[in-house]
Amino acid sequence: MKRRKEISRIAGACMLLSLAASSIVLYRTDRLRPQATLDEVLFVSSPRVIKRASLGYDGLMACIYWTRAVQYFGRQLNYEVPNYNLLAPLLEITTHLDPHLLPAYDFGSTFLGSKQYGAGEPERAVQLMKYGIENNPGQWRLYYDLGFLYYTDLQDSKDAADAFERGSQLPGAHPFVKILAAQMAQHAGEFQTARMLWSATFQTTKDKQIKANAWEHLRALRVDEDVTVLQDGVTRFGERTGRLPVSLAELLASMKLDQIPTDPDGHPYKMTPQGRIEVRVPDDFPFATKGLPPGYKPPPKSHFHG
Amino acid sequence: MRARIAHIASNTFREAVRDRVLYNLIAFALLLSGAAVLVGQISIEIEKLVVINLGLTAVSLFGVVIAIFIGIGLVSKEIEKRTLYTVLSRPVQRWEFIIGKFFGLASTLVVNAFFMAIGVFGAVFYVSHKFVRADALILVALYFIVLEFLIICSLSLLFSSFSSPLLSAVFAFSLFVIGSFAEDLRNFAGMAHGLTRWLVTGAVYLVPNFSAFNVISSIAHEQPVAGQLILHNTLYAFFYAAMAMSGAVLIFEHRDLK
Repeated sequence: MKRRKEISRIAGACMLLSLAASSIVLYRTDRLRPQATLDEVLFVSSPRVIKRASLGYDGLMACIYWTRAVQYFGRQLNYEVPNYNLLAPLLEITTHLDPHLLPAYDFGSTFLGSKQYGAGEPERAVQLMKYGIENNPGQWRLYYDLGFLYYTDLQDSKDAADAFERGSQLPGAHPFVKILAAQMAQHAGEFQTARMLWSATFQTTKDKQIKANAWEHLRALRVDEDVTVLQDGVTRFGERTGRLPVSLAELLASMKLDQIPTDPDGHPYKMTPQGRIEVRVPDDFPFATKGLPPGYKPPPKSHFHG
Repeated sequence: MRARIAHIASNTFREAVRDRVLYNLIAFALLLSGAAVLVGQISIEIEKLVVINLGLTAVSLFGVVIAIFIGIGLVSKEIEKRTLYTVLSRPVQRWEFIIGKFFGLASTLVVNAFFMAIGVFGAVFYVSHKFVRADALILVALYFIVLEFLIICSLSLLFSSFSSPLLSAVFAFSLFVIGSFAEDLRNFAGMAHGLTRWLVTGAVYLVPNFSAFNVISSIAHEQPVAGQLILHNTLYAFFYAAMAMSGAVLIFEHRDLK
């Protein structure tokens, strides 16, 4: 009896040690071949084959593939040189398995389309959205996303206006969509339209991450707009006087402004000796395109809505 | 007659419930439903979708596995243990034995599905913090899953009445897979000509058609199920199970048990 207990203890300890050892080895192996798992999964890249193999449980398979697409995108986003080659096939498989999986179109088009923070394949993103609309013709949100894609990633305000217009006619469409359609048609100012788009995203999304991301874009837009105005002031000052303003106060006086404008965090903008208008803390505005020091490299990306 | 069938059914139920493999499978299915909650957290905006899809798929797959692996042993075990001779030496007809076994296994599966459904509803409540009217549609999907079980159950018993447990499992599982491809078989029949067309069309009606029973994906999207589909599936499951059970009775009646 005593001997049996002793053997049990030794066997238990051996089991735990072996488990720990095998886990360590596996962890190291995974680090040697980080792409292996996903590549193996896409060994079968045909949506039709996967749909057949799912034995009717295609809804669950779609969820699994969508989760893989999200994880894949998130992983690539953190790499210095991201490679989004598998993103489009993953999204195609997901949407063929479940054509009604709306988040796959909603977020997938952004993942695919954005040149700044995505795969930079807006044409494929448009294809994905069109497939989504074909299968879910009553969803205004898909038209909104399509218009967003046309405007931001393809700079095509005509098709964007058309998409917003069609979306605005659907029941339950957000009032913003109608306004956006009109703005596109009138070729309204870039900042105004972009602000409207991000405000609509901010107000209509339920996802906290997307909401925070839209908020960051709105903050960056304000910086871009402020810097554009101030930089124009510098240019006009130079044209008028033949020199650069010596201080921000001199520039503001020439522009008939009382106070030094501040960024959304309350920090005043600064002017370099070369006459460049810059923000004090560039890292606070990851999506800003203006007011950044020359050669500035943004911090690691943590936002995915480009 | 009814009392004898009920007696055999209740004994079959008790025997199945005592089976350790059965408990393991239920525990695993519940665990899977719980895992659905975790899977939902690593994706975007599909928490509830994952919970419903994964939960109902688990109920369906584990139920099918239980139906096959218990169903195939129901007759052969009784023969192996020689208890069948004791039963049949009493005033019990062979067909009563088979029908009783079917009802015993079917009630085991219904009870299983009930407990698994509690797990699924618990997981749905966990992710959405409330129940909405559309969640009642899950009950329709569960009902279809139970109908599927009845067909699988009857097929397992049919094969069990004349074949070894291993072959019965292979036959029953193969029919489950073929039944899931029934729509493709129907399309193939549509494309074929002449004798092939007749043979494939015959096969379409002979093998069980499970494609109409799988509404998990549409229910996860809160799409309603037509009342007519519920009626048709109920009638189809009833007639198909009756056909398979009649076959089982026919074979078992003529089987030499010496």
